[in-house]
Amino acid sequence: MDDILRQALQRLANVETLADLDQIRVHYLGKKGVFTERMKELGKLPPDQRREAGQAVNLVRDSFQASLENRKNSLEEQALNLRLASEAVDVSLPGRGQGGGGLHPVTLTLRRISRLFGNVGFEVVEGPEIEDDYHNFEALNIPASHPARAMHDTFYFDEHTLLRTHTSPVQVRVMESRKPPLRIIAPGRVYRCDSDLTHTPMFHQVEGFLVDETVSFADLKGILYEFLRLFFEKDIQIRFRPSYFPFTEPSAEVDMECVICGGGGCRVCKQSGWLEVMGCGMIHPRVFDCVNIDPERWSGFAFGMGVERLAMLRYGINDLRLFFENDLRFLHQFRAS
Amino acid sequence: MRFSEAWLREYVNPPLSTAQLVEQLTMAGLEVDGVESAAGEFSGVVVGEVLALSPHPQADRLRVCQVAAGGKEPLTIVCGAPNVEVGMKAPLAMEGGILPDGMKIARSSLRGVESFGMLCSAKELGLEDSQGGLLALPSDAPVGVDLREYLQLDDVSIEVDLTPNRADCLSVEGIAREVALLNGIDSNPASFDKTAITCRDTLPVVVDTPEDCPRYLGRLIKNVDRNATTPLWMLERLRRSGLRSLGPLVDVTNYVLLELGQPLHAFDAAKLEGGIRVRHGLSGEKLVLLGGQEISLADDVLVIADEKRPLALAGVMGGEDSAVDDSTTDIFLECAFFTPTAIMGKARRYGLSTDSSHRFERGVDPQLQRRAIERASQLLLQIAGGLTGPIVESVAEAHLPVRNPILLRESRVEKLLGLSIPRDQLTGLLTRLGLSVEERPDGWQATPPSFRFDIAIEADLIEEIGRVYGYNNIPKRNPASRMELQAVSEAALDIERVKDILVDRGYQEAITYSFVEPSMLAKIEPELEAIPLRNPISSDLAVMRTGLWCGLLDAALKNLNRQQSRIRLFETGLRFTRVEGKIIQQKSLAGLALGSAHEEQWGEKTRPIDFFDIKADVEAILRLAAHESSARFVGNQHPALHPGQSAEILLDGQRLGWLGMLHPKVEGELGFENRVFLFELDQGRLLKRAIPAFKPQSKFPQVRRDIAIIVEEQVTALSLTLCVENLSSLIRKVLVFDVYQGTGIEIGKKSVALGLILQDDGETMTDAKIDEVIADVLARLAEEFNAKLRD
Repeated sequence: MDDILRQALQRLANVETLADLDQIRVHYLGKKGVFTERMKELGKLPPDQRREAGQAVNLVRDSFQASLENRKNSLEEQALNLRLASEAVDVSLPGRGQGGGGLHPVTLTLRRISRLFGNVGFEVVEGPEIEDDYHNFEALNIPASHPARAMHDTFYFDEHTLLRTHTSPVQVRVMESRKPPLRIIAPGRVYRCDSDLTHTPMFHQVEGFLVDETVSFADLKGILYEFLRLFFEKDIQIRFRPSYFPFTEPSAEVDMECVICGGGGCRVCKQSGWLEVMGCGMIHPRVFDCVNIDPERWSGFAFGMGVERLAMLRYGINDLRLFFENDLRFLHQFRAS
Repeated sequence: MRFSEAWLREYVNPPLSTAQLVEQLTMAGLEVDGVESAAGEFSGVVVGEVLALSPHPQADRLRVCQVAAGGKEPLTIVCGAPNVEVGMKAPLAMEGGILPDGMKIARSSLRGVESFGMLCSAKELGLEDSQGGLLALPSDAPVGVDLREYLQLDDVSIEVDLTPNRADCLSVEGIAREVALLNGIDSNPASFDKTAITCRDTLPVVVDTPEDCPRYLGRLIKNVDRNATTPLWMLERLRRSGLRSLGPLVDVTNYVLLELGQPLHAFDAAKLEGGIRVRHGLSGEKLVLLGGQEISLADDVLVIADEKRPLALAGVMGGEDSAVDDSTTDIFLECAFFTPTAIMGKARRYGLSTDSSHRFERGVDPQLQRRAIERASQLLLQIAGGLTGPIVESVAEAHLPVRNPILLRESRVEKLLGLSIPRDQLTGLLTRLGLSVEERPDGWQATPPSFRFDIAIEADLIEEIGRVYGYNNIPKRNPASRMELQAVSEAALDIERVKDILVDRGYQEAITYSFVEPSMLAKIEPELEAIPLRNPISSDLAVMRTGLWCGLLDAALKNLNRQQSRIRLFETGLRFTRVEGKIIQQKSLAGLALGSAHEEQWGEKTRPIDFFDIKADVEAILRLAAHESSARFVGNQHPALHPGQSAEILLDGQRLGWLGMLHPKVEGELGFENRVFLFELDQGRLLKRAIPAFKPQSKFPQVRRDIAIIVEEQVTALSLTLCVENLSSLIRKVLVFDVYQGTGIEIGKKSVALGLILQDDGETMTDAKIDEVIADVLARLAEEFNAKLRD
């Protein structure tokens, strides 16, 4: 038996592959293996020797089996190590495939605005960009030759058809077709016939309005204050300054503390420490009259903001014209968001 | 509106610093746009008087002056100004003085003559607007007095950007009224005496259209001194208000305009023929305005005419023919109230905007005219003398604006502002606003003053209350919200989701102008009717885009010029077309790709993008809306696309959009050196998706059989798969897994390998059954496409 074991162990020591190892296992432990045969032969021995001889075979077989396991483990480990070594890569090499693009900063800003208002139930509505004079002006209490029209450098197609100069006509369109209570924001492109360092002939606005039974100027202040604070994620100073829009009364401009200089005065805020960011007010009774909403029962506020302006302040962009040059080097800076 | 602070403080002088005053005005809705010093920073400059002059021994241009400056002895000053003369008073910068440019005045020798100071021009003192030469001071200027003190130069010009409703503040008096209101103090209006009538001459005034001109006042002033000059104090006030001097006659009318807000006009009476008639223009009539612009009148334009011809565009600008000039001795002074509607838009129609039209359009106080003409007469007499004729007044009371009483309810104030203000405080506030107020049980009946054109309804009063009370004193509140669920359409796919998938697939969002260059558009979409702008900002932004490709192509070209070689852009927005005269505005989504299929990378071979790369992007979008199995890509011709690589995308038989390679001809014309791939999809169709509807799964296994057939190369994969799919309900899916042309395949033919997925709902399919189906398929393909099974 010892010879057999010695020989078997020798073979184990020489084996190089798991496949060869398995052959050896079969040779010794298989159904017709060396040890299996020996066990079968025990039956031929006299009964009194069987026990002892059986124990001897078992001992040797167990010892072989343990060695086989060891050898198997070590061969497996070798094989694994080999694989690990051969499969190692330079993890610093970039990943394969398509790189990501990005959204335009105007879209990022619009999404932020929509989410903030959407969370309290404002619904997003869009309107046509080629508008008629009635919705862009008349119904907003800006009759022909009203001096306020001079503030809107309007692109015309014919006497009655124009490119909307603001998103406020959406207010009229919604109120024409739906009844209060209403909570709406209307983002979109608007157009003014003006182009210089600080004006582009097209830009974006978000109009918002709320009509209900007990809406007051205090509510307007509350919601816009919160909006600006949350939009900029900063506890900024905000003030409401009386102004004039034909379609709201009272009307106000909303100024916020200059985020460039922190209110100390700089070129961007013209040394005032304040930046004008929004126009707003209580919806004018004549606008309600135009859309057959009873101003005695309902009241409402409306506000409008320039999206590029908010984006510039949020991201620190210093030139309005960059928004429409579509320079990839500019646009790629907003990929991360 | 620009005015001098010192002038304002003559009427109302609250205990506020300049900065506080500016803040107060801004927060009351009179936004201050700028504050500018009346003069540069300088010191050590006094009023000097030139006593004697002698030529400079060494320089022809210089003169040696003896100048009195308040000291015991006159000072010797060397001066090069051409207008220096004996007896003249002018600013003298003394030794030790500092000028605005930082120059320090020291005793110095000018070509051998010692000078003890410097006589100054207006420009040298930061007063700008100088005709050159020394600033001539009035003969009564006190010698030796500090110039800053004498000219009140420690003053600022305040520029207020007034909103169109606040015409009542387009005068120093109006601003004073507002400042008094805000501070709860009184303002003292300009006071002056009526001018005595010293001549009986008048001109008849006839107003043909009293509805446009309810009040017209005029008077003749004769024998004015044509050598008179505008006094320095008036020049300074005009200058600090941003107006240039145009001679004493015009300066006086401008001064009254600034002081009271009433535009006046002075005609040269010698140039008038007969009386004054206020009438509409006649079409065909021409009028040459001050400055030489000739305009054609229309019958809706109000003019001031004499018996022969129009003289002035009423309320806008006078005419050249009847203007005062250096030789004028007799003037006719006009002071009228024109209704805003008569003047609105007229100046703009002729490309004009004047101080006069600006005020009349917005509303001038209809009760102001007599006071204003008296003020102008008094100033004219003071400056240029003359004989004053009686005032002729034409008034149509019926057409004068009426200020109706307004009912203001206390409850409304609270409802709209969101705060309650004690009743007596409100009563006081209304009174301070100049309204005549009558208390009622539920509020007030208040009648606005004649100068407040903007107060007509209850809301106007509530705005005034909020404004004067202070917007920042109104509390902040969160609006009460109704908990109402809102409809959410499951069938609507959000465009934002589509944008996200494009971003994930490497596209960068662009935003391009909605108006494009007509010639470029004509190359891309010649068959669509584009809508031109009547007043484009420039010729390359002249028509509305009929699709989004123009903007993307233009953006791509610009990026190529910026050394970007791989570009993927998309845009969403409206496209504008005219169909049978009707304007159509459709939401669209478009993309552009050029350059390599992937960014250059170590693990992948660089290859140029092709049709199927961008088609995969389009298919990814279609999958979002569950359109991938219903959308059809059909080869079709588009003027901008390569005829062999252009697909019309159909959904339920209707066009969803286009996909393809930019036509090589257009590619060259636009200046591309790369192949460009484009797609555009209609958002309206794209974003409607089907709600999933459950169908029971077959319990029996699927089997797959592959066949390879040989067909003519024109036969499309789509026609093959459709043909097979429609053949039997047992065929669940057909996929094309190989297309081959080349060795072993006859020229003009191709081999197409189809994988057929078969399944029965009722039983496991037997081989016999499967073979039967496949035989049917082959027979059908042979019949329809002359397809042969590949060996």
